[in-house]
Amino acid sequence: MAELTYRQAVARGIAQEMDRDPTVYFIGEDVAAAGGVFKTTEGLQDRFGPERVRDTPISEEAITGAVMGAAMNGLRPIAEIMFSDFFATCWDIVANQIAKARYMTDGQITLPLVIRAANGGGARFGAQHSQAMENWAMAIPGLKVVAPSNAHDVVGLLAASVRDDDPVVFLEQKSLYASRQEVPEGEIVGELGKAAVVREGADITVVALAAMVPRALEAAETLAGEGIDVEVVDLRSLVPLDVTTVLNSVVKTSRMVTVEENPRLCGWGAEVTSIVTEEAFYDLDAPTLRITTPHIPLPSADTLEDLAMPSAETIASELRRVGNG
Amino acid sequence: MTAGADASADTVSIPLDKKLEMYRMMLDARLFEEKAHKLFFEGLVKGTSHLALGQEAVAAGFAAAMRSDDLTFCTYRGHTHTLLRGADMGALMAELLGRGNGICGGKGGSMHLTDVSVGAMGSYAIVGAHLPIAAGAAWAAQARGTGQVSVVFFGDGATNIGAFHEALNLAAVWSLPVVFVCENNLYMEYTPIGAVTAVPNPAADRAGAYGLEGIILDGNDVEAVYSTATAALEHARAGGGPQLIEAKTYRHGGHSRADPGTYRPDEEVQEWLDRDPIPAFRARLEAAGVAAETLDTIEAESDAAVEAATEVARSGPFPDPANLETQVWADGGSSWRN
Repeated sequence: MAELTYRQAVARGIAQEMDRDPTVYFIGEDVAAAGGVFKTTEGLQDRFGPERVRDTPISEEAITGAVMGAAMNGLRPIAEIMFSDFFATCWDIVANQIAKARYMTDGQITLPLVIRAANGGGARFGAQHSQAMENWAMAIPGLKVVAPSNAHDVVGLLAASVRDDDPVVFLEQKSLYASRQEVPEGEIVGELGKAAVVREGADITVVALAAMVPRALEAAETLAGEGIDVEVVDLRSLVPLDVTTVLNSVVKTSRMVTVEENPRLCGWGAEVTSIVTEEAFYDLDAPTLRITTPHIPLPSADTLEDLAMPSAETIASELRRVGNG
Repeated sequence: MTAGADASADTVSIPLDKKLEMYRMMLDARLFEEKAHKLFFEGLVKGTSHLALGQEAVAAGFAAAMRSDDLTFCTYRGHTHTLLRGADMGALMAELLGRGNGICGGKGGSMHLTDVSVGAMGSYAIVGAHLPIAAGAAWAAQARGTGQVSVVFFGDGATNIGAFHEALNLAAVWSLPVVFVCENNLYMEYTPIGAVTAVPNPAADRAGAYGLEGIILDGNDVEAVYSTATAALEHARAGGGPQLIEAKTYRHGGHSRADPGTYRPDEEVQEWLDRDPIPAFRARLEAAGVAAETLDTIEAESDAAVEAATEVARSGPFPDPANLETQVWADGGSSWRN
């Protein structure tokens, strides 16, 4: 068992799959010689060579188009989009081409590809390098959307994404890159569409994703000292969505709060809430609650950004309102 | 012309059977699309359609020169490219009619004809998007050492969108086996391409920016297309990197079925009708000694093939409602939750 950062887990996950499968290739801006601007891919080019780990120009349409075309012709490519905000520059390729190719051709085209990106706020980068855009991707039929909250899941879910025969948008939360965790040696393969109950509790179900998971866990510890027993569900992937784990938890606790980093409108929490009210309404003892970033672009100043994103403190105070009565 | 060499019709000696194959291809494409146009006005082809009437020589010359495992990427004006790579004509017509026996089960339609089994890797309806995708397929061919070449057809309008430039640069930097073919039909939808483009040859004049030779070609001369295509495919297959070809051509009709094309001067239309690639090629074949009866027979066979395909389409079933929510995912379904 070795301690691994979330950042190192990215390189380990990619290396695990490139070692196993010679059709796995990896491209992106500054990913090869420089090892990535977040140092998430250090050492990969040395290990796998300049053909399989390759730098690209700043050309997001070329990068995403290239992995699409390569996936149509026998590779299982991985692309990096440096900041998830840059998906806006290649959204045609991602949303119109990659997501729809299989359906439009009635199954003639299979696209086993992964597009990784550093997603989300907390790094003081301002509105164009901090967005949590998981809800953009979730809104497009044909894309799977994965967002791990810890180093172990980065390795396992990256492996599962590479092995999946469908296109996966893999969102790494950039403020988690320095977080550490004990991760066992050897091959790790996760499962897409499988949420994890990361803290068991009897009073309130908190459903969270990526950076909101450690914050929800911290809030849960605070409330434990106040006699409120919080269960935390880490969704891990939005598509496929593990509704069963959420519903089972809600049936147990009778209360549900979702914690989203994305801006308010059309966030995944709205979908989860809709499902729970349709399918577990009579199990609820209190109204559901969504905690999100306000519907604003994210500010740069640290004090403002901290105010905008759900913190452990704001999560705890909102959970107190929901109560345990 | 500011860019590059003029492609010549007689750089390659073309065997007679190849010439007759190309004559048949052009007729198949012409008669297929004329029929599709008629079926549109019968209310059987729905939505829209973008015909390549007048542009058949580009599709035929390339399809005749390509290896069976080479890959074609084309646009929403892609009936002919898909057909001439070898897709089943009946299944294509059925797709235009929205039938369950269509090439994409009715899920694609006129703008998305695809037959992966013959290397027709899709008709892409967002201008320029398929250039980087074709480059990506070429990257896989290079990585796997398959010897395939990716050929991507696009209109003059696509030369002003970012994806064109991103794809050309990447393909040049990585020396990818991809042939970029601009079908310059002089109009970007309803607007003369010259009115919105900084250079006179929208593709070829940009080639130098990517270290490529800008090759300009008479796209209505099927033999010139075949010769140029053969050379470009050999170059790319041998590891020489991408090629950029601008084929000058003209669509006989408007941009789409909603467009009568009245913005084009009558004299210009007439000039290009006089240069129709099919009668021009026929005259050349006859002058070379091919019997008129031989050519008439090919035309009759094309006509019969289109009639048969039309019957396949007309009598085809409507798509099974059970298929509405299939094939979003590789498991065949569309489930997003448990």
